[in-house]
Amino acid sequence: MGKLLIQDKEIVVPGEIIAEGMDHLPGQGTYREGDKIIAGRLGLANVEGRAVKLIALSGRYIPKRNDTIICQVIDVGFSGWRVETNSAYSAMLSVKDATSEFIRRGADITHYFNVGDYLVAKITNVTSQKLIDISTKGPGLRKLHGGRIIQVNCNKVPRIIGKAGSMVSMIKNATGCRITVGQNGLVWLEGEPKSEYIAIEAIRKIEQEAHLSGLTDRVKAFLEEKTGKKVEPGVEEPELR
Amino acid sequence: MYNELRSHVLKLLKADTRLDGRRATEYREPIKVEQGIICTAEGSARVTIGGTQVMVGVKLEIGEPFPDRPDEGTIMVGAELLPLSNPDFELGPPSIQAVELARVVDRGIRESKAVDFKSLCIEPGEKVWLVIIDICPINDAGNLFDASALAALAALKNTRFPKVEDGKISYKEKTNKGMKVVKDPVSVTVCKVGDALIVDPLTEEEKIIDARLTVASTADGTLCALQKGGSMPLSVEDVEKMVAIGISKGKELRVALER
Amino acid sequence: MNTMTYSKRLNDRKMDELRPIEAKVGVIERADGSAMFKIGNTWAYASVYGPRNLYPKFMQDPQSGILRVNYNMMPFSGSGERVRPGANRRAKEISMVSEKALLPVLDLKEFPNSVVDVFIELPQTEAGSRCAGICAASMALADAGLNMKDLVAAVSVGRVDDKLLVDLDYSEEAYEDGPVADIPIAMMPQSGKITLLQMDGEVTKEDLRKAIGMGKEACGRIYEVMKKALKEKYEVQ
Repeated sequence: MGKLLIQDKEIVVPGEIIAEGMDHLPGQGTYREGDKIIAGRLGLANVEGRAVKLIALSGRYIPKRNDTIICQVIDVGFSGWRVETNSAYSAMLSVKDATSEFIRRGADITHYFNVGDYLVAKITNVTSQKLIDISTKGPGLRKLHGGRIIQVNCNKVPRIIGKAGSMVSMIKNATGCRITVGQNGLVWLEGEPKSEYIAIEAIRKIEQEAHLSGLTDRVKAFLEEKTGKKVEPGVEEPELR
Repeated sequence: MYNELRSHVLKLLKADTRLDGRRATEYREPIKVEQGIICTAEGSARVTIGGTQVMVGVKLEIGEPFPDRPDEGTIMVGAELLPLSNPDFELGPPSIQAVELARVVDRGIRESKAVDFKSLCIEPGEKVWLVIIDICPINDAGNLFDASALAALAALKNTRFPKVEDGKISYKEKTNKGMKVVKDPVSVTVCKVGDALIVDPLTEEEKIIDARLTVASTADGTLCALQKGGSMPLSVEDVEKMVAIGISKGKELRVALER
Repeated sequence: MNTMTYSKRLNDRKMDELRPIEAKVGVIERADGSAMFKIGNTWAYASVYGPRNLYPKFMQDPQSGILRVNYNMMPFSGSGERVRPGANRRAKEISMVSEKALLPVLDLKEFPNSVVDVFIELPQTEAGSRCAGICAASMALADAGLNMKDLVAAVSVGRVDDKLLVDLDYSEEAYEDGPVADIPIAMMPQSGKITLLQMDGEVTKEDLRKAIGMGKEACGRIYEVMKKALKEKYEVQ
């Protein structure tokens, strides 16, 4: 016997009883106490069959292996750089993960990356003590030039990118901006001043309305209104650029 | 550290637009002034400029006058950059930024003679009112100077004197006597980036400006206080332009106070 | 001998009635999580920053993030004279017990060497300030997306003369015509466990038990208010 006390897509708060009985399975963000499943955070309930999990709506970025992030160089050492990742932890980029060129010991590596530079990097390792290694060798990974960086709720990044990049691709096409979205909640944009601002407004709109249905259509309508042009729905891209 | 951001801001300003889509000399919206919101204060106000929100409270105390001004009370302005309002603020004694904020707001009020210090006299040579103004930011999204100055003025305007019995203040009972505020000094902070001048800086803009000039003026356009900040110099022309912007924008902010 | 008993509360409040409450989440945009909790004339803001870098290094715990709570009254928030800014012993103690009140619901093991900072500021106080601060902090921590097995609700219960009451106001805390006990209490509503318990005054063991029971019931009501405030922020705009 089991009773689900909340509905799919309901906002649930810590301590709230999600289900009673042994019928349901406590998924991510929930825990079992006796015969109750209880919310272990603030989140959006996601009911799939017998499993109930909570989708995070807020919270700072938690670094994960294989994530592509935008980070900022804060220190230059002898064999690498230290970067800020928009999380509680900084990361290390060693020279060998930045370039295939041969670097002499003691060489000045600031002409590759210097303090203040923004990079698109991939997290290659995260230890239990949250020591993080990143790499800028790989497709799409690079130093960023020009443009601006905005901070978004990292939990909304999947919606901002869209299925296989279709949402961000729609914004890029409508505004003519180059856009790179980091899993860590930093977004880089570059375009004409007014277009940049429209792209940013569209991204803010997605952040606000991420959990509502029909989002793609509403963003499309918003972009059409702001640019005065017809907007093509986004094309699914195989690789994030 | 912020070179790219500064270049980008300059590029945007060539198109008369800023990071949040505003024009160079536009204040954020909304500008809200709420008065009398704190019942434990003798006067209070909360000012919102865009995302920046500041609370100011006025407390009145009785003290001895300065020997050279026996029939005058005085004001004292304090500011705390509360860590509540900004991830970069730390706990501890007031930083130099907090001290500057308090002193700049103080000068705007004091030098405009907005409050008649003689009206604060209780017993010449013995007892005068001390008007203590405390500035507490709730959310710092840039431009604490202007929001704090506006809130301080608004708080003074709804300040009421508490009852005094046998020389002791009875804070729970307010009289009908209000603070006499005879001038409306308003502060406008104008910032220089490259060749451009902007007002009401965002937090990000504050990081990349070359210099700033906080201009306090009264309703008739008289200047009552100036404060230059930032590490780059200003030309005489810069100062003239910034002062003109400060006075004209001051008139707009004053309207928010009257609403 | 004083034969009068405490029979009438201000505004005709019932013995187990809370003062009017206003709660709002997400009020400080720069913070990772924030909330406002107002009960009667006691008004608290809380903002959460973290998990984030922790300095000084000697405070870091390689097994878990730490929680750091700072409680502060704004200079104009006292019911009488101005409160001089700066650390004072009362505020330090309240910061500490508030931290202990909130820690049991958090699990910071996945954030070694970091800190979750909670700042509680009160623009206006009139009894029950530490409890209001804890309620605001609790909502702010949830808003910040931290793993929390429950919210923490807090209220003062107590005794004035022969009556047991919930949510003492200023006149009751300061009551001089008979014995008083002021008992701030914080609870995890789901489990009913107590995370803050202090007492000033005189009370019998039996009355304490009854008062805690009243506190538990009141915390349940406060939990519903906090739940509603959290949902309001995140629901369909």
